[in-house]
Amino acid sequence: MHEPVQPLHSDVSETPATPRGRAIVITSGKGGVGKTTTTANIGHALARRGVRVALVDADIGLRNLDLVLGLEQRVRFHVLDVLEEKVELEDALIADKYSPTLYLLAAAQAREKDEVDEVKMKALIDRLRELFDYVIIDSPAGIEQGFKNAVIGAQEAIVVCTPEVSAVRDVDRVVGLLGNAFRPQLIVNRLRPQLVKKGKMLSVEDVNAILRLPLLGVIADEPEIIVSTNKGMPIALQDEGATSAAYRAIAARLAGEDIPAPTVEMKDSFMDRLGSFFGGRR
Amino acid sequence: MIEFFKNLFAPSTSSSTAKERLRLVLMTDHISLAPEMIEQLKRDLVDVISRYVEVDRQKIDVSFEQQDHALAMLANIPILSIGRPVAPTSVANVPASPVLHAANAGAPLPKRKRRRRASTAQASTT
Repeated sequence: MHEPVQPLHSDVSETPATPRGRAIVITSGKGGVGKTTTTANIGHALARRGVRVALVDADIGLRNLDLVLGLEQRVRFHVLDVLEEKVELEDALIADKYSPTLYLLAAAQAREKDEVDEVKMKALIDRLRELFDYVIIDSPAGIEQGFKNAVIGAQEAIVVCTPEVSAVRDVDRVVGLLGNAFRPQLIVNRLRPQLVKKGKMLSVEDVNAILRLPLLGVIADEPEIIVSTNKGMPIALQDEGATSAAYRAIAARLAGEDIPAPTVEMKDSFMDRLGSFFGGRR
Repeated sequence: MIEFFKNLFAPSTSSSTAKERLRLVLMTDHISLAPEMIEQLKRDLVDVISRYVEVDRQKIDVSFEQQDHALAMLANIPILSIGRPVAPTSVANVPASPVLHAANAGAPLPKRKRRRRASTAQASTT
């Protein structure tokens, strides 16, 4: 069912000063902005670069990352089993179907998030950082205990925001709670360029004029993303297409590559302009 | 060019409404997150006003509320007496000018009529 995980470096157990992986929490405050989809796609985009990636579903009680990754049939143990020392971490890690260096640690489904011990959670993330180059933690919505559990072991944060007033306000709050230590970076998700052009949706610039965060990526609202979730095959697995390219660019920026600022294509014909000039509700 | 005329004649878009609403609500959010800042603001405000009138420091009320197009700061500051107060207690942080000191040096302090019925000043800044 699962392959045993080999340590990244053979001398991990002997030397405490081993280079450690990066633990990055993906959060937003507001629910439904695409945290889980973002986590799954960043995981695949990073794994494609050949690095070892662990995805941790910290949304205890509402397990979903397994479903988005298409791994729901393979879940035998979950994060609370490991925290409560019922199983070894290596036995709970689920190998991905498509990316050989990608692993999932699933959330507990029939449990409460208050059952998570913050100290043990941090120790678990630290342990994962010895085994993997990247540990990506999918945070639940909200700012209470579940959020705290997701953040406790991380050193960096990615905040996911849709171009809506409620999402921007919640991200602003979450960034305030995180503080500068996490160096939060922004992904603007579900952007609809046509609506932005017509003045019916906040633009990336509008959002970031308020949040003022390093812009890690922009993902347009594409039907293909829904289709990929239906199938359990994250869109970042595709070789072609603007969306998978956008996720690969995010992975490259995370890895420290200096690549141009993210943009989304805005097709703007003369007839479009003429149409919006003569009317239409705003 | 078309963009220019569009912006000239067009009513404001819903995205610009969203932007403006967000700007205001976040200002209120941030203010409510920093009570110590409000306290400091109150102290500074009173120090400045105390240079001109004597105010009741205990009964000052500063609040923020959203009005039509801006966040408004409402300060309710009861005035105890009109005229520059001399007693150092009411101008705690304001250094008295050397000229004033010299003038008052030998002379007894003027007796102040304190109007206990406090009048009220309401300031609204946008």
